[in-house]
Order: sequence, then C-alpha cells, then structure tokens
Amino acid sequence: MTEAEIHATLTRIFREVFDDPTLVPTRAMAAADVPEWDSFNHVNLIVAAEMAFGVRFRPGEIDGMKNVGDFADLIARKTA
Amino acid sequence: MMRPPDLAWLPPAEPVAEMLAASREAGSDARLAAFRRLAGGDLDFLACAKLDRAFAAWRAEAAEPALPRLRLAVLATHTVDHLFPALRVAALRRGLVLDVRAAPYGQLRQSLTDPALASFAPDSVLVLRDTDAAVPPLPPSAGPTAAQAAVAAAVAEDAALWRGIRDSLGALPIAATVIERAPPLFGHGDATVPGTPAALLRRYNEALRDAAAGERVPVADLAGAVGRVGLDRVHDPRLWHHAKQEVHPAAAPWWGDQVARVLAALRGLSRKVLVLDLDNTLWGGVIGDDGMAGIRIGQGSAEGEAHAAFQRHCRALRDRGVLLAVSSKNDRATAEAVFDAHPDMVLRRADIAAFEADWNDKPAALRRIAADLGLGLNALVFFDDNPSERDLVRRTLPEVAVPEVPDDPALFAARLADAGLFESVAFTEEDASRSDLYAANVERKAAEATATDLTAFLRDLDMRLSVRPVEAATVPRVAQLLNKTNQFNLTTRRTTEAAVSALAADQSRVTLCARLADRFGDNGLVSVLIARPAGGDTLAVEDWVMSCRVLGRRLEDALAALLAEEAARRGARALAGLHVPTPRNGLVADLYPRLGFAPASARPDDPPGATRWVLPLDRRRADDALALFRLEVDA
Repeated sequence: MTEAEIHATLTRIFREVFDDPTLVPTRAMAAADVPEWDSFNHVNLIVAAEMAFGVRFRPGEIDGMKNVGDFADLIARKTA
Repeated sequence: MMRPPDLAWLPPAEPVAEMLAASREAGSDARLAAFRRLAGGDLDFLACAKLDRAFAAWRAEAAEPALPRLRLAVLATHTVDHLFPALRVAALRRGLVLDVRAAPYGQLRQSLTDPALASFAPDSVLVLRDTDAAVPPLPPSAGPTAAQAAVAAAVAEDAALWRGIRDSLGALPIAATVIERAPPLFGHGDATVPGTPAALLRRYNEALRDAAAGERVPVADLAGAVGRVGLDRVHDPRLWHHAKQEVHPAAAPWWGDQVARVLAALRGLSRKVLVLDLDNTLWGGVIGDDGMAGIRIGQGSAEGEAHAAFQRHCRALRDRGVLLAVSSKNDRATAEAVFDAHPDMVLRRADIAAFEADWNDKPAALRRIAADLGLGLNALVFFDDNPSERDLVRRTLPEVAVPEVPDDPALFAARLADAGLFESVAFTEEDASRSDLYAANVERKAAEATATDLTAFLRDLDMRLSVRPVEAATVPRVAQLLNKTNQFNLTTRRTTEAAVSALAADQSRVTLCARLADRFGDNGLVSVLIARPAGGDTLAVEDWVMSCRVLGRRLEDALAALLAEEAARRGARALAGLHVPTPRNGLVADLYPRLGFAPASARPDDPPGATRWVLPLDRRRADDALALFRLEVDA
C-alpha cells in the first residue's frame, strides 16, 4: 500500500471519527491540535484503522502513536 | 482485527450524511422518519455515532419527537460511554427515545446517594459487572460449600443494590449477567471444580438469574447473548487493559441492540404478531405451480425438513402468546387447503389468527391484519423471503418490523430469534401458571423415565396412529420411504413416484400409509405397507417398510392387525408374506413368524434365501398392540 493510499484512508477515518468532513490530517497533527482527540476517540481511531487496514496494534503501539505520522508509519510497516 | 457480531437481521446501512442532508429542509415528521429509517439499518459503530450526534442536535433544536422516552442510568464496573451512541440508535430503532447516563465507573453503591444521579431522575438503572468484579477469587482448592457461599454473598450484594435503586432512586433496576471471560484453569475440568474463576462466574450468573426472578428484576442476559456469537467477537483483552472497555467499540451496535430490546420490552414496545409469507417461507416451492404433492414441507428433503423446523419455531412462538398471521399472494382456497389437508404441515389453519391471501399488495394486507386484530402496525413483524416485498413494506409501512430473511430456510428460525423482536422480560400471572404447566410436564417425563414396563411406557407415550391409503400429497414421501429404507424393508423393491401414483388409483391393492405422533411430537409418515390380491382368497404383502425411528413401538403388530381387518373386510381368508434377505434387512428376517405367520413353500423363481409365510385369518391371534394407539383409520 502506498503512502498516498494510506493517507487517503486515514483522512477518511479521521473525518469520520471526529465528524468533520473538512478535516485535513497532516503528519504532524497530534491530539493537542484536535479538541475531540481524547482517550475515548483515540481508541476509536485505533479500532477504525485496524478494521480499515486489516491490522492489529499491540498495546505498546497504541500508547506510542502520538500523531498522524506515527499512525501512517506503523500502518505502512504492518501492511508492507 | 476484530470482527464484531453480525446484525444480519437488519437491512444494509444507508449513507447517514446523504440521507440526513436530503431531509434537512423537510418537516418534522419527515425528519424523524429519516432518523428512524437510518437507525433501522446495519450501521457500524462510527455510523451509529454520527447518526446519534445528528439526532441529539435535532432533538435540541426541534420539539421532542412524539415517541416514548426512557431515562436510563448505567452503574458499571467498567467503561461504558463508548457504547452509548449505538445504544441510543438501537433504542430509536425500536421506537424509543433514550437518555442515558453512566455513573462514575466502579462506584456502584456510592452512586445510589449521588445527587447528580438523583437529579437525572432515571426511570431504569442497569447494573453491569465484569469478570473481575463479580465474585472475589477463591483458591482453586475451595470446595463446593465455599464456592456456593462466595456466589451467594456476591448475589446478595446485587440484590441489596437492586433494592437501593428502587428505594433511593425510585427506579426500576435491570440486572445483567456477566460476560464469562475468565480463562479455564483445568480446561474441561473447570466444569467440576467449583472454585475456579470460570466455575465461579458460571455459578454467579445462574444464581443472579434466579435471584432476579425472585425479586422481579428484569435481566439482560449478556452472557447468554455472547455465548451465541462468541467471546472473541465482543471482548478484546487488549482494550480491557488499555481503557477498561469490556465490550469492543466495534461490537457496540450489537451490544446496543441487545440492551435496547430489553428496554423496549419493558416499555411494552415488543412486537405481538408474526405475519408470515407462504411460498418459499413456510414451505419450499409455490403451491399454485407445484401443487400439494410438489411443495417441500416435512420429511423427504432437507429443504422440507428446514421449513418444518421453522414452522415448529413459529408454533412455539404462538404457544408463548405471539399471534400468527399469514400474508400471501395466492388464491385463498388453494393456500388454506395446504393448512387443512397437507399431512406434513406443522401449522394448522386454527393456529393463524388472521389469514390474508389474495393478489393485492402486501401493505394493504398488513393494514387489514392489524385492523382485524385490533392492534397497531407497530405490533407487526413481517417475515417474507421476497426482498422486494420486504422493501415495499419498509418504505410504505415503516412502523412494521421487517427482518432480513436468509436464502437458506434452515436459518429462518435462528434469524427470527436473533432479531429479538418478541422480547419479553416482564413477569405476569399468566407466566406463573404457565410455569406450573411446565412443572407438570417435567413430572410426566420423569415418570416415563422410570417406567420399566414396556407396555406401560408405550401407553404413556400417547401414540396417535393415522392410517390412510396413498394419496397425491404423500406420493413423494411414500416413494422416498420405499427407496431409502434398508433395515425394516421386507422385499426391498425400489420404485418411482409415477409407480406410487399409479398405486393410488389401483382399487384392488391395499395401501396402508401410517403416520405416528406421540407426546414428543409428530414422527410423520413412518411406514408403508402395500398388498395385492394373489388368488385363492389371499392378500399378499408386496412391500413393507418402516422408518427406524419408530422401532420398538409395536407399530408393526398394529399394522398387521389392521391389514388383517381390511383383508377380512374384502373377503380374503389369508395373508401372505415374503422376506427377501439383503445384507441390511436382517432386522425383519423373523418378522412374519413373530406376527404368527406359518412357513409356506418357496417358489422356484424366488430370490436366493427368500422365505414365504402365510397367516390364515381364522387362525390369527387376538392382538393387544392396537390398544396402544389412538387410531384414525381411513383405508
């Protein structure tokens, strides 16, 4: 899966989870930049990404994903 | 990746944003209709959240919708907030506007005196424990007494909580069984070691069900529901450790529907009438095209067996108080004749409270059914194999519940049950007397289990024997019995349906088709005996087969006696029998001598090993076997 494909799917997921059809996630975007990005929605992001990409994150990875770039890199590794 | 439980009874989800955008300028009724139609689809957890947010925003700006409302508080030992959007959507699906609030997690007793909860003024309070907060652990060596004491103490705590909910909050407590996720210690051995975590949980859930019944507290049986879909599709240990989520977010739509159906039942919103289609729903095939002998119902094919099993489920629903109705595009007389005359139908005409069969559209029929029964359309469930009929009813009568119907009739009963539309959690006096009835049944079964005397046992079976000649509706089953029976088969002559049909028209032959029912149900058509005049005042048995499932019932004795009576009526003086041995029919090698027949000489063209037998009618024994059966004979 290419970086662009991963980013496109992640964009769709972020828009769905935060219910904001105009959201444009950048690699540097982190929880502090999105008011709704709380621990509750962090789990929703994880679960939605797992279902969309067919992957599973370990507990340590869930805690380690701090921004969109972390998400994209980890997904790229797992789908490689 | 988690694969959450399917909500296969729901139609596919429709796009939430597009549908809501389309109804944005519409009036209040149309807007509510759009929300309800969306809620009726198979939405994933994110779509549920989206719809839930939009519905909350609409409620805040518009007047409250004209639907029943319920305020639910949840006291839980784990995180539940992530489940609430799907719970509210599932409640809306069932016609209920739900406000829900979680007390701070882990503080069950403290919440009873929490002013914030009191000011929320809940109507109902759901109590949710988890595996780690149900029964305090015991050493695996703990014996049954210690285990029982630990379980009793845990359930007593729940009962005290229920009373507190009633007294302090003035609300109805709702209990829930605990999802059993403790890994076994001894494997299968946990079944007999009472102190293991898994065993304690199982016992706790049983004791909780009993205590709740005693205290008249409704139960959401989540453990039972999880048992049907699998623990791995509901619980993810990783998210338990990460966020104390007992239920995976992706399983929220399933969990929400389970809880919502209990809430809806408490509000009297459970459905009351099951409206059934006929062709390819109650039986396989089309009665108007295939005729009585061509439709598949009952024995003879897996398809027919599956439809009969579905009919048994429908009849069981009727027996617990669900009304049955029929809506079919058929000639009314043709459709009703199947209920009256087809021997393998489980449902009879008298089981159907409203019968609509004509060529008009189904929404019109459903309106008449509701009117005839004096009920609203929101009491109806419409079960039809035809997707276009389902779609038409969903569009024109959104109040009617229309579950998706699988292609395979073997899955019909489970699908209807999974949909949870006839949920009942309330206790009534009628339920209590029904329980007495069940208790009496249990006693009868126990008595039978101890009956040692065979005759007494058979008499207790309350066997009903119906004997009729071959007729059009039974031709396929008769041919099947003749062709597939290997053990109780005297001559093993294979045949065709055409040949069996010809028999039906042959007045010289005697054909006995025996159906046997007993207290446990209808065994169907289980034996066929065909005899022809063989000259010299003799009636000779050509074919005789019997299904192995009714061996040991003395049915063969009864049929021989009935054949002798019929032979005498026709002026014959003797019965003749032939046994042609095969590798598999040794069971009946001594059938004729057991029935009192005497050996007769074989003929040169008989197959090797064949034996012939004769019974002069004036020498036949008085037979007590017939007295074991209630008879319906039409030979």
